[in-house]
Amino acid sequence: MTLQAPFDIARIKADFPIFDQAMRGGKRLVFLDSGATSQKPRAVLHAEAEFYFTSNAAVNRGSYLLAERASEAFDGAREVVAQFLAVSADEIVFTKSATESINLLAYAFGNPASGISVKAGDEIVLSELEHHANLIPWQELAKRTGATLKWFNAQLDGSLDLSTISEIITEKCKVVAITHQSNVLGSIPELAPIIAAAHAVGALVVLDACQSVPHMPVKPQELGVDFLAFSGHKALGPTGVGVLWGRYELLDQLQPMLFGGSMIESVTMTSATWAHPPKRFEAGVPNMAQAVGMAEGLKYLSAVGLERIHQWELALTQQALNGLHEIDGVRILGPQGIENRGGVISFTIDEVHPHDVGQVMDQYGVAVRTGHHCAWPLIRKLGVSGTTRASFYLYNDLADVDVLLESVVAARDYFRKQ
Amino acid sequence: MELDSLYQEVILDHYKNPHHKGLPQGKVQVHHVNPSCGDEITLSLEIKNGIVDQLVWDGVGCSISQASSSIMSDLVSGKSFDEALSIFDQFSELMQSKGSISGDEEVLEDAVALAGVSKFPARVKCALLGWMAFKDAAIQARQI
Repeated sequence: MTLQAPFDIARIKADFPIFDQAMRGGKRLVFLDSGATSQKPRAVLHAEAEFYFTSNAAVNRGSYLLAERASEAFDGAREVVAQFLAVSADEIVFTKSATESINLLAYAFGNPASGISVKAGDEIVLSELEHHANLIPWQELAKRTGATLKWFNAQLDGSLDLSTISEIITEKCKVVAITHQSNVLGSIPELAPIIAAAHAVGALVVLDACQSVPHMPVKPQELGVDFLAFSGHKALGPTGVGVLWGRYELLDQLQPMLFGGSMIESVTMTSATWAHPPKRFEAGVPNMAQAVGMAEGLKYLSAVGLERIHQWELALTQQALNGLHEIDGVRILGPQGIENRGGVISFTIDEVHPHDVGQVMDQYGVAVRTGHHCAWPLIRKLGVSGTTRASFYLYNDLADVDVLLESVVAARDYFRKQ
Repeated sequence: MELDSLYQEVILDHYKNPHHKGLPQGKVQVHHVNPSCGDEITLSLEIKNGIVDQLVWDGVGCSISQASSSIMSDLVSGKSFDEALSIFDQFSELMQSKGSISGDEEVLEDAVALAGVSKFPARVKCALLGWMAFKDAAIQARQI
């Protein structure tokens, strides 16, 4: 593992204007909360603004020049996302968020008019690692349809217990919705056996890739999943835009969740028929400028190189783990090393509540997430009230890790000295 | 350090040795959570002859939420319902003040130490958790 960054981090940092300001006490920003949302490079902000300055018009409607530009920019953004995932552009649905992407699917599966639907007696399989966004939509689907919810238990090392896989994924299973990487622990569960078991019984696999797509090369067709969701704002893009990818022949069997303009084929006073995907799922004037901004973010990531970003995040993670392991009173939750994980670390400090930890770290300019990270069942499983989570991205460097470690020691000592 | 204005000595004292913390067993029992951070409190009390009595709480949370609950319990216990609610209103106003007021020490006593919290918007809900539980319980208890 090299400690030399594979790209020029100072130059990358200079692309992100958020770092051009001081935090409390004049400290520089050590942003370790990219797992929640990433910072945005100028190129993204400019692309978003540029759309409004030069191309703003409702897409796919007018026949005037601006409408052409808007449609071209929006379709272009779809192409960029498709290339990023190595899939076809008509399989890319723009949503407002990954949360909406998953809700859209759960809603469509609950509609008996969909070619693929979940009914009473069917089973939906999840894992205990799930973020609320990949848990509650399925709970609600189960409630609406009378289907049964089952799940893989999380283990303390952040992996899933697959020992009873044949009891969990049975002939009754219709959908397996699972995270690519835990947003709390950073662990990457072993997906291949789950995908194989799901497909063996004809079930579909939905991958929550919010934590993976922005940080490492992810090709859904290589993974063999059927649907995938991620959000733009965690991948250098603006808020308000997310993506749902699905195999076209599956998307084409699903009923839409939102109805209105743009998503129709034909309409009378009493009924309507739907356009084909992806338009079927994009009712209303979409978040055009945000999609354009998001595409710019993905281009930025591709130019740096996803594999290089992943390797650098792992180098930072290793460095941080080494330091944290040596701080008395600190406990790292989940995987202790860098195998099968991304650049996310959750830890606790004995007798100091995560909220208080985060407050002291803030005095050092360190931005971390504290609490249950929208994964309450996992936090309960871990037997803690919450954790402090540091997550890395391409703009973090080794100096950031040093400040992280310094601030953790300070947090421990602040509440111990009394 | 700016931190010391948030974590005043008296707050840390209450955090380490919280008052009125125990097993809430009264007839009126409320459970409040702070969904954004997972902090929880269970609180019970009685209103006897118009006076707040038997206030006991238990919970998990950060130093601010625990200390604030402890300070609140001391303040409202033995007060009339109306007086206790007026203290609640003053504390609530202090928390919303963004640091512009320092609080009336005559009324709020140890709770003025929490004035610094109002400069940290993310922590205001921590300080208010126990107080909201108290108000909820007090209103229920008065109706019995």
